[in-house]
Amino acid sequence: MLPYVLLAIALMAFASFAVCRQRAVSLADGRLASLHSRPSYHGLYALLWVAIAGFGALILTQLVVSGIVNSLVMSAIVDLAPDMRRIEQELVFSDAVKIATGGLASAVDDLRQTVADTYGSYNTIRVILVSLAGLIGAGAAFYVVWSQIAQGFRARDRAERVLRTALWTAAGIAILTTIGIVLSLIGETLIFFQRIGWNVDDFMFGTTWSPLSGVSAGTLDPEKVGAVPLFVGTMMITIIAMCVAVPIGLFAAIYLADFASKRTRAWAKPLLEVLAGIPTVVYGYFAAITVAPALRDFGASIGLSIASESALAAGVVMGIMIIPFISSLSDDVINAVPQALRDGSYGLGATKAETIRRVVLPAALPGIVSAVLLGTSRAIGETMIVVMAAGQGANMTLNPLDAVTTVTVQIVMLITGDTDAATAAAPAFTLGFTLFCVTLVLNVVALRVVRRYREMYD
Amino acid sequence: MTDVIDFTELSAKHTSQATKRRLRARHWAEVRLKAYGILAIGLAGAALLLLVSTIVTKTTNVVYEYTLALETKIEVSDRDMERINDPNPNIRASLRRPIQDALTDAVPGEVGRRESRQLTSLVSNDAGLFLGDIVKADPSVIGQTIAFDALLDDNLQLYLKGSMGRPDNIGGLGQLISTPGDEEGTYDLEFEWSSFGELFDAIRGQRRFDAGRARAEQRRQQNAVDVTEERILDAATDEERARLQAQLESFRARRDQAEQRADALMRLATVIGEEGLRYQLTEADVSFLIKAGETWFKVTEIERGSATAVIYAPSDETGPWAEGTWNGYLLDRPESTRLVSDRQAVWMEIFEDRGAIGQVLNTRLLNNSDSASAELAGIWGAVVGSFWTMVVTFLLAFPLGVMASIYLEEFAPKNRVTDLIEVNINNLAAVPSIVFGLLGLAIFVSGVPVHLFGYDFTIGGFLPRSSPLAGGAVLALMTLPTIIIAGRASIRAVPPSIRDAALGLGASRLQTATHHVLPLAMPGILTGSIIGMAQALGETAPLLLVGMNSFIQEPPGDPLSPGNVLPTLIYQWNSNSERLFDDKTAAAISVLLVFLIIMNALAVLLRKRFERRW
Amino acid sequence: MTDTTHETTTAKPAPMPPSVESVTVNNETKLRCKDVDVFYGSTQAIKQVSIDIQDKAVTAFIGPSGCGKSTFLRCLNRMNDTIEICNVTGTIELDGGDIYDEDVDPVQLRARVGMVFQKPNPFPKSIYENVSYGPKIHGLAGSKAELDSIVEKSLRRAALWDEVKDRLDQPGTGLSGGQQQRLCIARAVATAPEVLLMDEPCSALDPIATAQVEELIDELRQSYSVVIVTHSMQQAARVSQKTAFFHLGLMLEYDDTGKIFTAPSHEKTQQYITGRFG
Repeated sequence: MLPYVLLAIALMAFASFAVCRQRAVSLADGRLASLHSRPSYHGLYALLWVAIAGFGALILTQLVVSGIVNSLVMSAIVDLAPDMRRIEQELVFSDAVKIATGGLASAVDDLRQTVADTYGSYNTIRVILVSLAGLIGAGAAFYVVWSQIAQGFRARDRAERVLRTALWTAAGIAILTTIGIVLSLIGETLIFFQRIGWNVDDFMFGTTWSPLSGVSAGTLDPEKVGAVPLFVGTMMITIIAMCVAVPIGLFAAIYLADFASKRTRAWAKPLLEVLAGIPTVVYGYFAAITVAPALRDFGASIGLSIASESALAAGVVMGIMIIPFISSLSDDVINAVPQALRDGSYGLGATKAETIRRVVLPAALPGIVSAVLLGTSRAIGETMIVVMAAGQGANMTLNPLDAVTTVTVQIVMLITGDTDAATAAAPAFTLGFTLFCVTLVLNVVALRVVRRYREMYD
Repeated sequence: MTDVIDFTELSAKHTSQATKRRLRARHWAEVRLKAYGILAIGLAGAALLLLVSTIVTKTTNVVYEYTLALETKIEVSDRDMERINDPNPNIRASLRRPIQDALTDAVPGEVGRRESRQLTSLVSNDAGLFLGDIVKADPSVIGQTIAFDALLDDNLQLYLKGSMGRPDNIGGLGQLISTPGDEEGTYDLEFEWSSFGELFDAIRGQRRFDAGRARAEQRRQQNAVDVTEERILDAATDEERARLQAQLESFRARRDQAEQRADALMRLATVIGEEGLRYQLTEADVSFLIKAGETWFKVTEIERGSATAVIYAPSDETGPWAEGTWNGYLLDRPESTRLVSDRQAVWMEIFEDRGAIGQVLNTRLLNNSDSASAELAGIWGAVVGSFWTMVVTFLLAFPLGVMASIYLEEFAPKNRVTDLIEVNINNLAAVPSIVFGLLGLAIFVSGVPVHLFGYDFTIGGFLPRSSPLAGGAVLALMTLPTIIIAGRASIRAVPPSIRDAALGLGASRLQTATHHVLPLAMPGILTGSIIGMAQALGETAPLLLVGMNSFIQEPPGDPLSPGNVLPTLIYQWNSNSERLFDDKTAAAISVLLVFLIIMNALAVLLRKRFERRW
Repeated sequence: MTDTTHETTTAKPAPMPPSVESVTVNNETKLRCKDVDVFYGSTQAIKQVSIDIQDKAVTAFIGPSGCGKSTFLRCLNRMNDTIEICNVTGTIELDGGDIYDEDVDPVQLRARVGMVFQKPNPFPKSIYENVSYGPKIHGLAGSKAELDSIVEKSLRRAALWDEVKDRLDQPGTGLSGGQQQRLCIARAVATAPEVLLMDEPCSALDPIATAQVEELIDELRQSYSVVIVTHSMQQAARVSQKTAFFHLGLMLEYDDTGKIFTAPSHEKTQQYITGRFG
């Protein structure tokens, strides 16, 4: 039903465009110049308002009414089965919804059937209410606009104001996203700290990570939420990755910027960019299928025992992934160093290598530092490679040949694991919040540095 | 002090011998730097090459799939008949019985109960359903004998590709004489002993390999013993000491066991093949088969010049067989470590000789959706899921991105708010994708519970879990910054003269932006959007969090049904233990990469075609 | 063609006379250029230029923009090598040795033939590091003390010492334009070159800074052969002893500065210095 209503509102919007345009034309009485705005603008103004009012009323009613319906059905469940635990009641609720909408429920019994019937009847009312709201909203908007149309009506100004507001809203989505991230993360983070009795230091400095063991009645065991093993694992993999990516990326950038001929540049730069375009899940596969076994076999041949899921394998592959970030950003900043500085150095009889080492690199240093920071932030936040190749057990080790786990791996494990969402969400979102804060600081610093640097040579 | 230095003397240094030597070192440093650069690019290239070649080689393993030509009389049980008569096309009958009969007919000799299991596991579960579909389509075949190609099981698929090792023909010298042995079903074989030097080498090699592993085990246990002994000395309480003592004993026992095993294996390795020693081949040894005419023997005991064997595939011939009509076959991995038994290997050899093994293009891989059986799993469901997800992402991110870039470039006043939005967008582009996943999970899927004014509300939570709609919405938020950044850059590249011209003719700023600036900037925005979409197409982590890693056997019909996408399918397949999934994962990756290449090529083309220098 | 006596005298030059009062222009030849052609890809930028540049004198290259004077200047220390498509033919001899000879290392050559550029281009490092850059890479100083004294003497020669002696560790980019250019000259001087090439060294400077730099150039003449490209005829007249006039890639006239500005022998020179084109 609802899709048809949506379609109807859309049709109404287009129809009001035609009607209002026509009304403007007839009001002009053959002298279009007598209108303040061209007829199409009257039509556009009507179209915009009908669409906004129609869809807006529909969505608003939907949100309000479905909230009411859900709470009504929940209270019905509480009445029908007062002894049930809250979590089971919620399960009954979701099953009943599935039964009512023809989905596959986890179980079907009398209680669920009854609730499903209740839900079904409420739902019919909901659909009718929502549809009516949408149609009435659209109709009202049409009437108001239609009656406003006059020769002097500034339809163009008004329509443009509406459109500009829409543009402004679109730009505001970026801010909304950030606010959304912070809000959604912070809520669960607070719940998490509340559950461990505000022992924030246990989370920051504890060395045992097993948040789901010892969960009871809404509290977590503060002894088992120490995130240090995750931090150590994340740092170790990041360091290994940067040890691979920084030298390779930097030397490649230096070569491309100052040594390579145009033809070499023409194929070598895209080659590095291809590395940036490969999805991380492919790198994860590469790490798990090729690199990790190769490292293990190599280790075995020289008498080293390397775990089949090791920090080394994940780190090396992550390093390969980050090479293009370092190289392309460094290449940019090295190229931005003015030729005059290079000439000054050559003019004093410096070789190319000396010029690069003593003049170009120091001049480009801020840019390179920010490239490294952005790369680090990328490595810290990278998920798939570590999920597929670094291991899952939170063991505290500084040995890069062992399996380690990272913040991102634990988030994935907690959310996609078997534990029910309400319990697993708190530690997962807390880790997510930590991750967000750390990468945010790195990004802000890096972007600042880049901005300063650009201003210096622009 | 100033007078100490004479610049003319310094100038003279430029042409001195010492400077010449210094110069050589300086130029050498330059060569080194250049070499590091080349090395760096070489390493990056090598990594890319290795990655691509891994994926290509693994993909080629599944380009073809193997089938077995069978022939059977169609008989249908009552229960199956019911399913066949059901008009619903989704209800399928699995005709296992005719398949089993066909297989039994296909192999020589009697098939016992144990062998029967090995026999039926040759073909995929799908074979019965396949037959059922034939009957459902045309019930008149019931009672008739029909020929069909059955899909082989995943292990056999791998086996036929040679990735598990195939029987290696090591020949045979002189005459092979077979006489019934003392025990029922066994045969004594005689042949020229020098035929099988290679065989004895292989047995010895395997024993030595096992001995090496036993030694390693012994060393590990010894280490445990040492550590525990130390801990006993440090133990604080008697209780603790007793517990450690018990551990120590078990470690010692295991160490001694490993040592004995290693010694025994080494002893064997040195004596195998010696005159007069009859050696029993176990499951932990290499397997040795003899094909004489049409008969296949499996050797159970061997010594110089003679052997005891059982028959895996009988025939009418009883020998003796002249040189050239019989051959030894070596399988150099122990049967216990193989997924294909010796008997199955023999059957495969027979089928191949008979020409019953067919190789067909693996269209199943593209047409099927996910399945628990590796040989049946395909990517179609994930491709459809990816399609819906991309549609949602594009429909949300593109208009919003274009609108936001127009606003920021053409209308936004240069103030702190605009500055904040700008910083914000740049930051969002660098926020880890998994954080977006958490955002999507909280806001779109689960909803954030809020306690306000004594009431419980849930903010958000309006999109179904696992749906392309939820996934697409998350990816749209991720892609938005990319599109806005690209959009702003290309809008900024439109010269102000065009705006001035339009404004000078009395157009409003909005008209100028939409009629003049936007069309000129569109190719650039599209290029940026395609690149953003390509990134989104390869994105995995945030989709895992909104539940797009579910096991989906049907492609989603609309963006609201549960589905998965190619990257999450790749992740799921990769974590599967069946080995054929390794290759199938590579194939799925290849498909994903092909899509990405097409999208990026499109972006490059667009850029080349519409690139304009003002 | 190699004049051996000249080579030996410049390799171990006699100590500088305390002052050179009279503006004599009959010094020894430092750079001898013969039939120099320069091509950028297929376009010829310099055509058949032959010129003898003298030691311990300032030679000015003048001419309208695009006439090739800067290009020619850059040939004298092979700065054009850094441009891939640039091709130089003919011979340029420094003290009798061909600088485009295969055996000649451009790096070593540039140490002997220093260069100062149009726009001041101090490195983004401290003043001290800027000046000590050349001596360090060429290994001119045996000790820290020696390096200090090279830096001091160079800065003194560039008439900058008094202004910066208290802030040697501050970035060179923080100086004013004129100071920056003098820093660049000090930097070039510190490398102890025999010839100093200056490519419009004052074009980015204000008149006061220009006067300081010009004074400096006059000073430097006592120890070096200085070649200066300039746009300003007044400047050429003020600082140089010899002047060469370039036009469309050709060197039309080369003579004592006095003569060029009072009685040029070429019609084009006459037109140029009287401002009929430029």
